[in-house]
Amino acid sequence: MPQAAEQPKKAVGSVIIYAERCKGCGFCVEFCPPEVLELSGEYNAKGYHPPVLVNRDSCTGCNICGMVCPDFAIYGFITKKKIKEV
Amino acid sequence: MAEELYDVEATIPGNPIEEFLRMDRMPHIWCPGCGIGTTVNCFVRALETSGLNLDKVAVVSGIGCTGRVAGYVRLDSFHTTHGRAIPFATGLKLANPELKVVVYSGDGDLTAIGGNHFIHAARRNVDMTVILINNGIYGMTGGQVAPTTPVGATASTSPYGNFEETFNLPFLAESCGAVYVARWTSYHVRHLTKAIKDALLKKGFSFVEILAPCPTLYSRRNKLGDGLAQMIYYKDHSEIRNGADTKTVALEFQGKIVVGKFVDKERPTYLDAMNEHFQKRLGDRYVPSDEIRKLIYA
Amino acid sequence: MHADPIGVLTGAHFIDGDHACSEGAIAAGCRFVAGYPITPSTEVVERIAERFPLVGGIFIQMEDEIASSIAIQGAVWGGKKAMTVTSGPGFSLMMEHIGLAAMTETPCVFVDVQRAGPSTGLPTMPAQGDMMQARWGSHGDYEIIALVPNSPQECFDLTVHAFNLSERYRVPVLMMMDECVGHMIERVVIPSAEHIELYERRMYEGPKENFHPFEAGRDLVPLMVKAGDGYRIHVTGLTHDERGYPDMSVSAQGRLVRRLLDKIRLHADEIIMFYEQDVEGADVVVVTYGITSRTAIPAIEQARAKGMKVGHLRLVVVWPFPEKRIRELASRVKAFVVPELNMGQMVYEVERCAAGKSKVVSVPHAGGTVHQPKDIYAAIEISLRGK
Repeated sequence: MPQAAEQPKKAVGSVIIYAERCKGCGFCVEFCPPEVLELSGEYNAKGYHPPVLVNRDSCTGCNICGMVCPDFAIYGFITKKKIKEV
Repeated sequence: MAEELYDVEATIPGNPIEEFLRMDRMPHIWCPGCGIGTTVNCFVRALETSGLNLDKVAVVSGIGCTGRVAGYVRLDSFHTTHGRAIPFATGLKLANPELKVVVYSGDGDLTAIGGNHFIHAARRNVDMTVILINNGIYGMTGGQVAPTTPVGATASTSPYGNFEETFNLPFLAESCGAVYVARWTSYHVRHLTKAIKDALLKKGFSFVEILAPCPTLYSRRNKLGDGLAQMIYYKDHSEIRNGADTKTVALEFQGKIVVGKFVDKERPTYLDAMNEHFQKRLGDRYVPSDEIRKLIYA
Repeated sequence: MHADPIGVLTGAHFIDGDHACSEGAIAAGCRFVAGYPITPSTEVVERIAERFPLVGGIFIQMEDEIASSIAIQGAVWGGKKAMTVTSGPGFSLMMEHIGLAAMTETPCVFVDVQRAGPSTGLPTMPAQGDMMQARWGSHGDYEIIALVPNSPQECFDLTVHAFNLSERYRVPVLMMMDECVGHMIERVVIPSAEHIELYERRMYEGPKENFHPFEAGRDLVPLMVKAGDGYRIHVTGLTHDERGYPDMSVSAQGRLVRRLLDKIRLHADEIIMFYEQDVEGADVVVVTYGITSRTAIPAIEQARAKGMKVGHLRLVVVWPFPEKRIRELASRVKAFVVPELNMGQMVYEVERCAAGKSKVVSVPHAGGTVHQPKDIYAAIEISLRGK
């Protein structure tokens, strides 16, 4: 079961990718709940394909990518949070 | 009712984990798809939310891939001999009980060569948190069989397949007296973070077993794909059963994985039992160590 | 810095060497002992177990000697002075961790109350068969300091000295007792606390930024810190650089190993300790240590009564070995006679330093009891014949 919310977007987020640290394991791509990441066609200096954010609008900033990344090469963060009008 | 989104942060934050790591030692030595780095994320996040004073957290490790964690976290850390992190941690804790002592080591280190120390520290209920990364193999030395290698799996010293029964680690820990026993996998990052935090804040011998992939040796030798394939196996085959009877949570080769918090109970720690006993038995003649006196009369 | 009076049983006592060692540790400020019972050392930890709760110490009987020998190192990094106690078979188990203490420069004291070996041997009977093991028992190149008491009084005095040496040089110090000295009951005078000089651990108290825990000044001994003081140190048994970080390079290995060796070798003159009697003008010098120094005395006196010019050199610090003194004497004396409760161990050091300039006669003994003085006398006589 995915561990982040799989319901209507509560937040908007983004990620920071440290491409040169990435070793192309694919965890972030696989386990991102809104599936906003893909392994890029580009290579980093070590010859791996780092991830890229392909679906900016759907990123919730949940940071599952950051938690699963074994190389500390990606981090997700919230840029906008929802508030309800009273 | 209209819903609005508002900006949370104007600035783009850096990866907050970096503050907890010795970035001057990066990149680390772990393989692509190895799960140890993932567990470090959870450990750091647990430390962050625990409210513990990080100057008072000490990490003690043994030898092996997981043992290298001690060298990468920016805390007082001790990379000791193979199997002996727990007795070192015992001495460290007894000398300065104010410290939060975390043992972070691998399955072979802690339960093969270190097995004796594991069971006695659990029996004594020494106040420490033991984080055991179980990848079912001796990774650092090239993939030899471990007491946690599932029956039927191949390893370099079991080239025809392992026929030895494996340890059921939660059962072992519980039977020796551990007061907190949990098992998660490196896939369950949120549950794992909470479990580590609970274990850190729990008084007594707290044990967290974490299944993690070893793609280069365990997975490759057993034709199980890469680290991602193992993570997907964890996702698809894990069953969360909090409070399960630890006798029933043994692991089989690519079989079901029972995860959850199995034991969470109270029992006097080694130091509490020692203090109470000496106070009762010796009365005014008992002179606690300076550090213990500080804690008792704090 | 003087002893804390709370631990010091000032006065005259009638106790055995093992118990005197316990009191020496307490007087020295040792407040953590981890041990495992093994004859003939057990009395040391038994007394510690009784005394520690009364003086603010913590004693724990660990599950084995391997755990004991590293628990004490955890305690040292937690800020305590610590000691462990064992005999032959346990000493063998502790070897890896003696190497760890040398590598991580952890000050601590290991007591070996020697018994006849090899293996289980004669658990209740004396020998001196672990002397070479004390120096070379762990793998790789390192230096340690080893002391050998010859009386319960020395068991007290030298245990205090052992702690002082270990703190001064950040090195494991080995107290090489034997069953005879350990179980012999004699008068032991414990001075008042203000007469017991202690060398306190030199702690770094400077800024945390750019602190390198394994960087040393001219005396090659780095200042120490302890866990919990915010220095966020890393300590490893891997070859490491001045920051304490593992460094797999050949140059780091060379730098580190040489400093660990030089740390002791360059201070050998301050560390080495021996007593001499009638050595000036002697034709033969009897070199002894521990209990054998006492059984040699009647032999030496008998020989001197017969007109032989016999001197006595008793080693108190056995490692580092007093090479300079032996070399010096070798060019002046006809022979060295080395009685030992083993089949020849320190005699090889004497032989090495004598470098053929004088005869070196071993008086071996398989162990189990002490030498007969007549055997030592016979060796003295033989050594003076010929040449």
